[in-house]
Amino acid sequence: MSLLELKDVRKSFGAIEALRGATFSVDAGAVVGLVGDNGAGKSTLMKTITGVYRPDGGEIRFDGASLAGKDPGDIRKAGIEMIYQDLALARMRDVASNIFLGRELTRSVLGLRLIDAKRMRSEAEAMIAKLGARVKSVTQLAGQLSGGQQQSVAIARALTFNPKLVIMDEPTAALAVREVEHVLELIRTLSAQGIAVILISHRLTDVFAVCDRIVVLRQGAVIADDPTKGTSMNAVVAHIVGATDLPHQAAAR
Amino acid sequence: MSASASPAASPQGWRSRLAVKAAFRFESLLVLAALVAVMAALSPVFLSVSNFLNIVLSTSVIGVLAIGMTFVISSAGIDLSVGSLIGLSAVVGALATANFDLPWPTCILACLAAGAFAGWVNGFLITKGGIPPFIATLGMLGVARGVALVLSDGVSIYGLPPEVVYLGQGRPFGVPTPVFVLLGVAVVAHVLLVHTRFGVYAQVIGDNEAAARAMGVRVERHKTLLYALCGLLAGLAGLLFAARINSGEPTAGLSYELTAITATVIGGTNMNGGHGTVVGTVIGALIMGVLQNGLNLLAVRPFYQQIAIGAVLVLVVWFDRINSREGWRR
Repeated sequence: MSLLELKDVRKSFGAIEALRGATFSVDAGAVVGLVGDNGAGKSTLMKTITGVYRPDGGEIRFDGASLAGKDPGDIRKAGIEMIYQDLALARMRDVASNIFLGRELTRSVLGLRLIDAKRMRSEAEAMIAKLGARVKSVTQLAGQLSGGQQQSVAIARALTFNPKLVIMDEPTAALAVREVEHVLELIRTLSAQGIAVILISHRLTDVFAVCDRIVVLRQGAVIADDPTKGTSMNAVVAHIVGATDLPHQAAAR
Repeated sequence: MSASASPAASPQGWRSRLAVKAAFRFESLLVLAALVAVMAALSPVFLSVSNFLNIVLSTSVIGVLAIGMTFVISSAGIDLSVGSLIGLSAVVGALATANFDLPWPTCILACLAAGAFAGWVNGFLITKGGIPPFIATLGMLGVARGVALVLSDGVSIYGLPPEVVYLGQGRPFGVPTPVFVLLGVAVVAHVLLVHTRFGVYAQVIGDNEAAARAMGVRVERHKTLLYALCGLLAGLAGLLFAARINSGEPTAGLSYELTAITATVIGGTNMNGGHGTVVGTVIGALIMGVLQNGLNLLAVRPFYQQIAIGAVLVLVVWFDRINSREGWRR
């Protein structure tokens, strides 16, 4: 049984059908590349998995249980973390509170559950150190960090609570070459630890470098789902742009 | 990573850090001190103990109101209805005891419930109805005032129970009771805003609502609670107001939303959301109190107070725009 299973997931926004029956699965520890043109439904699909959107139809199962009706907090608790393309950081809060955002550590004072800022700081420091991220202090505000540093914070947040699946939306789009290599290495490390990764990226070289399987989304449906070894850059590009929509024409050429 | 060190060292970085990280806005203390100095120089009675008690007494209603506003503005919202909610809750509380002869705790509960319910309706309209806070609470400004006038037939309802009147007129240890109420509310609100998820989430929603949602904050439910809290505190302010004058006035709290918003913003709560401070708001309320009291002592006609408060609000926000780099970017 797969870790994550999507069956015929549908989602519309008004008259626009963003997802018209997406079906695929992700095994534990697998690295799956999710590619597709702009507007193919990648982000919608991921936000449907993380509970930000409610699917109109179909089923999403994670670790054997249905995710129907769960909100983003429940889904994070179940073990799915997502690193959003815009990083989803609170710019006016410090690194430590961003890492623990939604899961603040608390201590009980006179029956009140107060946020334990001290413990959050020390644990955030440990996490940043473990990742080898170059963030000077966990008391810096997220808005004052460079793009790469903000990325490190978003990654640290996703990894702090022992996820089973990490979804990364364009994690390398805004990074320098050296930092890209760092992220790819991290994906390999996660996979080795048995943590599954879904990598959404426009950079096919990155996708081919780390993914075991490549899923192509086109107009809200999965049109290709192949092991990386069994496909090629050309075939994936052809699927993305729709050049394989009419197979008889392709065959005629 | 020398780049990360430079923003902190530059004067602008230093200033924006202060504005965001400090418990309140330092300038507000300077303004308060300057205002006190000017008033003391102009009026011989300004610095007397009895006048000081007058100031803190008049500050207490505005302070309680502005503390509720601090939570809402921190979440990038606004509540224009709080002034009307003072009138509504004062009338409802007075009716409960004067007309229906219910025991005195009912009066208190009725005030608080009226405010909290109206605030909850604001939150419901904003989160479920998708109506912008500005419009939803502007509508409530009209509706709540109208309901207060209808219920009271447009006249003051006199005669509150003595226990309730004590809340407004009592002077334990020589200090007006409302001052103790304000202090109590301020302490609880400060802990709530800074040290609990409830308050932190209010600020995170104002900072980055999508991030809050993605990280599992129940944004809609939380916003509804914030408006209900703001309404509850407006109800408490209405109770203090009614208790002080021993009557439920349907026109009580007229244009107090202006004063409450000004006090909040002077204190250093970010008008665009993301950061709020209860300590700053109390200082802001004191500035409002000193301003009104001073102008009264100088026999300036009350009409000019409105001009002064309105001008201060616009100037403070303008000052913020010029000072913050964020302001230039937006």
